[in-house]
Amino acid sequence: MTAQPTRRMPLPFPIAFRASGALVERNFAAARSYWRTFVSGFFEPVFYLFAMGVGIGALVGDIQVDGRAIPYAVFVAPAMMATSAMNGAIYDSTANVFGKLKNSKLYESVLATPLQPAEVAAGEIAWALLRGLVYSCAFLLVAAVAGFVQSWWALLAIGVCTLIGLAFASLGMAATTFMRTWNDMDYVQLAILPMFLFSATFYPLDAYPPVLQGVVQATPLYHGVALVRALMMGELGWGLLLHVGYLLALSAFGLWATTRRITRLLMT
Amino acid sequence: MALIEAAGLRKAFGDFVAVDGIDLQISAGESFGFLGPNGAGKTSTMRMIGCTSPVGGGTLRVLGMDPTTQAAQIKARLGVVPQQDALDEELTVAQNLAVFGRYFGISRAELYRKSGPLLQFAQLTEKAGAKVDTLSGGMKRRLTIARALINDPSILLLDEPTTGLDPQARHILWDRLFRLKREGVTLVLTIHYMDEAEQLCDRLVVMDHGRIVAHGSPRELIRTYASREVLEVRFDVPDHAQKAADVDGLADRVEVLADRLLLYTHDGDAALDALTDRGVHPQSTLVRRASLEDVFLRLTGRSLVE
Ligand SMILES: Nc1ncnc2c1ncn2[C@@H]1O[C@H](COP(=O)(O)OP(=O)(O)OP(=O)(O)O)[C@@H](O)[C@H]1O
Ligand SMILES: [Mg+2]
Repeated sequence: MTAQPTRRMPLPFPIAFRASGALVERNFAAARSYWRTFVSGFFEPVFYLFAMGVGIGALVGDIQVDGRAIPYAVFVAPAMMATSAMNGAIYDSTANVFGKLKNSKLYESVLATPLQPAEVAAGEIAWALLRGLVYSCAFLLVAAVAGFVQSWWALLAIGVCTLIGLAFASLGMAATTFMRTWNDMDYVQLAILPMFLFSATFYPLDAYPPVLQGVVQATPLYHGVALVRALMMGELGWGLLLHVGYLLALSAFGLWATTRRITRLLMT
Repeated sequence: MALIEAAGLRKAFGDFVAVDGIDLQISAGESFGFLGPNGAGKTSTMRMIGCTSPVGGGTLRVLGMDPTTQAAQIKARLGVVPQQDALDEELTVAQNLAVFGRYFGISRAELYRKSGPLLQFAQLTEKAGAKVDTLSGGMKRRLTIARALINDPSILLLDEPTTGLDPQARHILWDRLFRLKREGVTLVLTIHYMDEAEQLCDRLVVMDHGRIVAHGSPRELIRTYASREVLEVRFDVPDHAQKAADVDGLADRVEVLADRLLLYTHDGDAALDALTDRGVHPQSTLVRRASLEDVFLRLTGRSLVE
């Protein structure tokens, strides 16, 4: 007889993951001891906003997007907001999760309680995206005060940043389960840095030749940036739902993959 | 009714069979022990019961439920002390208890009420605010045990609970386990120390190479697999096998260990007299009652604490 995978009761979404909240609480309690890294993660995109938006912006002046001239800072600010959501989500779902998988027996003891692998995955991902969310809220405030936000629709960008966080946290955690040493963590940076630089963050998509445009459009951050930018500039359209769909699909895949991997690794 | 029922339970890791078709019936309120040398499959069995390792074959029911489909419901009523402490190193002692309780969905108010007595039981009241990584090995063990009690479990699974505890802490733990047992908690333990097995277990199984090689109460096992008394003799030689001929015929059975010979007989003193009459003068001798240690040796050919 062969082993069967642990089956779950098919509960509706929020109830099924109620138990995950306890893991979020746990991470909150533990985070008090590393609040400095927490705070510093926020400043990175803020520094970029002022260095690029204000500094480079003074050289570039207005830029043309879809036939409209906008100040460079207004163009860069949404990209930095999306990036801050990504950064926040990535740290907690990769380096932090890796430490827990390798050095501590945290998940082993959590899995001995009523929590099942899917709930562990959901709890960790929820925590990671919460961190991204805090960053993006704070960022939005700074950008608005600095005058780089043109529409009240920008408030919806907070919701979008949750989605960006969800996508990156779930993919990041899934990727982390494959890593063997701390050196493998460099692959995360290898994926994050080009995305940060080239996802139509610092210049519009049409600056690329058509072939590269396709590559850029395949990356998750591009869709996040496009969504946040549309909202902060108040340019809404049904086409945005495509971006939402893309990020949702990635999130679902990441959550599924993470659950599978945790089961594989820990429920031996 | 049996709280834990296994029939033909199996577990393989790749080609290696760690648990090879065991049958178990553990009743409510019982204190049940697994005894066996390193690698016998005790932990593998415990983990399947604890629903953290998928059943590899055969059937297993815990609290009347199926671990494959009802893991969460089963785990809600278990307390688990794993072989290696798996405390949350990033949290304090008190937080470890509280956070663990939250995993079970216990309210904060109730946890607040429960933490005090549990800390006291673990003798860690003074250390409540200390980070776990500053605790000694024994303190960690006690905290792990206290943590396993946070949900008032119906079944307590203890994998070598007393490893690393000093004698005083060991006795406090025994005492606490007796109390839990009186309150109706079912105890399932793996044990390496025979005195503990005799003290704590109503019934036990001896495992070796993934199989159950004997089962019964400590008394029954001693009666079946050992003689009433044991004469231990030690010589000043590098290899005790060369002295086996000297004691030939003096006992029902002789066991040759690295550092001594064990003579199984109903009358140890008589055997010792006979040995002296032969003109054999060992470096030291000891007559004692047979214990589970001897049962173990007989069944597995290995001494337990090497
Ligand atoms: N996750 C695993 N992957 C591969 N082999 C394993 C795994 N877990 C246990 N084993 C093997 O299964 C066998 C039984 O291990 P188990 O931990 O159940 O023994 P045990 O009786 O608890 O021993 P000990 O007294 O040393 O704790 C061992 O040979 C061990 O190497
Ligand atoms: Mg073991």
